[in-house]
Amino acid sequence: MNALSNVVSQLSSRSSAKTISPDEATTASPTKEEMSEEKQVKERVYLEVSNTSIEFPTKQGPFKALDDVNLKISRGEFITLIGHSGCGKSTVLNIIAGLLQATEGGVILEGREVDEPGPDRAVVFQNHSLFPWLTVYQNVELAVKQVFKGKKNKAEMVEWIEHNLELVHMSHALHKRPSEISGGMKQRVGIARALAMQPKVLLMDEPFGALDALTRAHLQDSLMEIQKETHNTVVMITHDVDEAVLLSDRIVMMTNGPAATIGEILEVELARPRNRVELADDSQYNHYRAEVLKFLYERQRKPDESAA
Amino acid sequence: MTHDQCTLPTRGGCPTSTKELVIMKAKIINFLETTGFSWSVPMVKLASGENPREQLQELFSLLGLPVIAVVVFLVMWSGMAVQVNTSLGQLPGPAQVWQQATTLYDEHVAEGEKEAAFYQRQEVRNAKKLAKNPDATVKIRSYTGKPTYFDQILTSLLTVFTGFLMATIIAIPIGVACGLSDRLYGAVSPLIQVFKPISPLAWLPIVTMVVSAVYVSDDPMFEKAFITSAITVMLCSLWPTLINTAVGVASIDHDLMNVGRVIRLHWTAQVFKVALPAALPMIFTGLRISLGIGWMVLIAAEMLAQNPGLGKFVWDEFQNGSSDSLGRIMVAVLTIGIIGFILDWMMVTLQKLFSHDPTASIR
Repeated sequence: MNALSNVVSQLSSRSSAKTISPDEATTASPTKEEMSEEKQVKERVYLEVSNTSIEFPTKQGPFKALDDVNLKISRGEFITLIGHSGCGKSTVLNIIAGLLQATEGGVILEGREVDEPGPDRAVVFQNHSLFPWLTVYQNVELAVKQVFKGKKNKAEMVEWIEHNLELVHMSHALHKRPSEISGGMKQRVGIARALAMQPKVLLMDEPFGALDALTRAHLQDSLMEIQKETHNTVVMITHDVDEAVLLSDRIVMMTNGPAATIGEILEVELARPRNRVELADDSQYNHYRAEVLKFLYERQRKPDESAA
Repeated sequence: MTHDQCTLPTRGGCPTSTKELVIMKAKIINFLETTGFSWSVPMVKLASGENPREQLQELFSLLGLPVIAVVVFLVMWSGMAVQVNTSLGQLPGPAQVWQQATTLYDEHVAEGEKEAAFYQRQEVRNAKKLAKNPDATVKIRSYTGKPTYFDQILTSLLTVFTGFLMATIIAIPIGVACGLSDRLYGAVSPLIQVFKPISPLAWLPIVTMVVSAVYVSDDPMFEKAFITSAITVMLCSLWPTLINTAVGVASIDHDLMNVGRVIRLHWTAQVFKVALPAALPMIFTGLRISLGIGWMVLIAAEMLAQNPGLGKFVWDEFQNGSSDSLGRIMVAVLTIGIIGFILDWMMVTLQKLFSHDPTASIR
C-alpha cells in the first residue's frame, strides 16, 4: 500500500512538474537544483560517522577517547585512518564495526543507523584472527555458511569460497591449517574471509602491521588488484605513511588523544592503477607523503616523545 | 586435496619408491613423537640407514641413560632394603618383589582355572537335572571366589574412569560458563577455592553416609563402595578441569570472539564453534591434571570405602601381615605408579593431538 501511494505521489509530482508554466519554472528551478544537489550529496555519502564521541569508564572517572568525530565516506572510496598509536584509530573502526558503542553520535550506513556488529561491515583484524583448529577453506566456509544461510545453495557456497580464496591467491593451501602457513598468507585468508561476507564496507585494522616490509608490499599490491575488481568501500587503519598514500583516495589524519578527533583530511589524486616503483619518483606522490609526515611529526608530535 | 606434488605427475616422472619411503618415514616419526615414543625415533632413522653414528648417540641419550638410571636405582634399593628389619621381616628388595609379582600372576591364572571349572561343574549339574526332569528350575550362580590382583586393577580403573567422567561432565560446562561470564566466575570462585583443597579422606565419610542414605535399591546395579569411591574421585578431580576450562575460555583471543560477533553467530554456536574449540588445549591440560589427581585419590578412597580395587588390596595385605605382605604391597605400589604413568601418557597424547600450536612442547 505504502509503496503504491509513493508511486502515485511521485507520478503526480512528476505530472505537476510537467504542467508548470515557463515563468513558474524559472522561479522554481534554483530550489529544485538545490534539492537535487542535496540528494546527490546524500547518495554520495554511503557511510557516515556523525558527531561521534566515546568515553570509557576508568578508576579516575570517564576517559574521553574520541571527541566529535565526523566523517563522510562515498561508495567505493578507499579511506585510510592514520595517526600515532593510542590516538583512537582502532576505536573509530570498532565503532563503525559495531564492536564498540559510541557514547554520543553514531554511524549511518546507507541511511540506516548501525549499532551492532554484522557481516555488512566485515573486519580484517590485525592478527589475522583465523580459527587455528580450522583449515583455510573451513575458516572462510564458517563465515560464508553463516552469512549466506538460505541465500546460496551448497554448490554456490563452495564456488564462492573458492572464488574468494582465489582472489587472494590462496587456492594452493585450501586444506592447510593457519599454523602451517606464513603470516602473510594468514592475512590473505583473513582478507578472503572478510571479502566473502560481501560487505558493504570492508574494515581493516592495521592488516599488514605485523608483516615484514616485502610481504607488506606484496599484499598491498594484491589489495589494489582486488580493489580494481570489486570496488569495495574500504576503511583501513595504518601507521605506514607510504601505505596510506599508495592505497587511499583520502587519508584521514587523526590528532593525538585523549579526546582525539580528525585533524586533517588529505585527498590523494593519483591516477590508478598505481605503481609503487613509478610513484617513488613522482613529485605529487612525494608531496602527499610530505603532507602526512608534516602532520604527524610537526603538528601532532607525540607528547611523550617531545618530553623525552 | 593433493597429498604431494609427487603424486600428481605420472609415475614414471618421479622415483616414487624412495620418495614414498621418505614420506612414510616422516609419518612414522611424527606418529612416534606425538604418542610419546620419541626415544624410538633414532631406531627408525637407524633402520633407514641415516647417519648411524649420530643416531646411536641419540639412542644412548634417549634410551641408554634412563636404563642406566633404573639399574642404579634397583641396585641401591636392594642394597638398602637388606638393612631394614621390620616386624614382618626384612624389607623386600627388587628380587623378592618380582617373585611376589609372579606369584600374584600365578594366583590369577589359578583362580581363572577354578572359575572355569566351577562354571563347567554347574553346567554339567544343570544339564543332568534337566535331563531327569525337563521342568526343573535351574539355578545359575555366579562364581564368588575372591578377586585376583588383576581383577582389582580392573576395578580400580573402572572406578577412576567413572569418577573422572562424572567430574568432566560437571566441570566443563560450569567452566565454560565461568569463562564466558566474569560475574559468574566471581560468584563461584570462593566456593571453588574452598572445596579445591579438601582431602579425599575428609570427603569420604560424608559421601559414604549420603550414598547409603540416597542410593537405596533392592537390586543395586553398582556396589555402594564403588559409588562412594567414584564420587570421592569426582569431588577431588573436578577442580583442575573446571579452573582450566574457565581460564581457557576467558583468555581466548578477543578478536576470535569478535569474528563470531561480526558474522552474527548465535550464542550457542559462539560457544560450540568458537569458545570450546579455542579453549580445548587448556581443557585437556586440566583433564590431564584431573585424571592424575583422580588416580591418586582413588587409592585412598578404596582403602577406606573397601572398594575391591588396588587400594583395598594394599589395605588387606597390610592387615594380613604375612611375611609376603610387604612384597605384595610393593608390587601394588609399582603397579599404581606404572598405571598412573600410562594414564598420563594417554592424556599427553590427547593434549598433543588437540594442541593448536604444533611447535609447543608439552611435557
